[in-house]
Amino acid sequence: MLHLYRYPKLKMQINIIIFGQLCDLLGENLVLENIADTDSLTAILNEKYPGLADSKYMMAVDKKLVTGNTLLNNKSTVALMPAFSGG
Amino acid sequence: MNNTISYERYHRQMILKNFGEAGQQKLLKAKVLVIGAGGLGCPALQYLAAAGIGTIGIVDDDVVSLSNLHRQILYSVNDIGFPKAERAAGKLGQLNPEITIITYPERLTNQNALSIMDAYDIIIDGTDNFSTRYMINDACILLNKPLVYGAVSQYEGQVAIFNYKKNPAEEAVNYRDLFPNPPKEGEVLNCAEAGVLGVLPGIIGTMQANETIKLITGIGKPLINRMLTFNTLNNRAYEIELFASPETRLLIPENKEVFKETDYDWLCSSIAEQYEIDCNSFDDLLATSNIDVIDVREMDEMPAIEEFSFYQVPLKKLQENVSRIQSDTVVIICQSGVRSLQAAKQLTAIFGTSKKIFSLKGGIIQWKQQHAKQML
Repeated sequence: MLHLYRYPKLKMQINIIIFGQLCDLLGENLVLENIADTDSLTAILNEKYPGLADSKYMMAVDKKLVTGNTLLNNKSTVALMPAFSGG
Repeated sequence: MNNTISYERYHRQMILKNFGEAGQQKLLKAKVLVIGAGGLGCPALQYLAAAGIGTIGIVDDDVVSLSNLHRQILYSVNDIGFPKAERAAGKLGQLNPEITIITYPERLTNQNALSIMDAYDIIIDGTDNFSTRYMINDACILLNKPLVYGAVSQYEGQVAIFNYKKNPAEEAVNYRDLFPNPPKEGEVLNCAEAGVLGVLPGIIGTMQANETIKLITGIGKPLINRMLTFNTLNNRAYEIELFASPETRLLIPENKEVFKETDYDWLCSSIAEQYEIDCNSFDDLLATSNIDVIDVREMDEMPAIEEFSFYQVPLKKLQENVSRIQSDTVVIICQSGVRSLQAAKQLTAIFGTSKKIFSLKGGIIQWKQQHAKQML
């Protein structure tokens, strides 16, 4: 753990799991580094994956639904969950 | 309704710890409304009837078709063309003649929803479209009824209990806390477009029945203010905690009168009106020959098109193939008109107003049907 002190700006890792038809766009899992909050995450994903901005989905951080901008921590898991209509 | 319990029929569940005769009595007194007797509704109805729910209502205006049978397990080939609500009630009556089954072979609308739903304790959403889902959600809030939600797509399903309050002052989550506004038509694919594994609504509909029985009998830990997602391919079950948002309350009609004036179909369809053309207008455009027709279905999807020339570019590859589009008028087609709407939206984002972009309403299936009729 010593290197933590030597390198205070340690890389922060965010795990993203993707559900439903968003997988067609993003794949099933993503790992991204150094993202401070969910708004930044959305901006980065929208730029990298055109079409995502048009998709309807909700976001959960560490298994809790989030609506406003939410801070992310190292090893946070973000779930992107689209609306399903089928019955 | 018979007020005595058949000990023999319910013996195996009545001997369960925490269930007993008291649990069975609660089921007998319960009134549950199942909206949609399709992929989710069929298994939910079967298990609820078998478990001895005293009164079950079934709302469905549809008739049974052959493409229903891979997942809607209450029906057989002999039921094709007959109303689902009545056929389902017939099967359930044979399964358990001791319960009361009430059928509503009509479409749930903002006019009849409140009066139909008001007579029940718990509402189960087994519908297949967003406009009805939002309408049921809002009606449950106005009527103060718990909603057992279930929805499926391809290989994944969602289950949750919304609007369940132990006392009226409590805050409860509703569907709009997850998705405040309905997606526009075409933003999310339905089962006819995206496909669904038959066993998936079987699992999710059965889970809806299970959650309903837990709510009624007070056993276990129902999915109140939580949503479970289940993936049939990798068996991943992912549960998240949900929270009520004060802002979403503003989106719910403030009273029953406003509800009856809310056009739920329109909320979901305004994007469609912008792009859709019907079969006749499409034929007129074909006659001008100065158009590009793009089929955004996958390469092997049937029926094949031989009647006019077109490019085939699956929806996922559309963005990388836009340079092939030369004409100023573009008509996009797919199976039933859902993917083509998505494509129309994508192309409009690229071309803006420099091209006229249309989506064939009802897709190639409807176009072929209409032309087959004209041949007769």
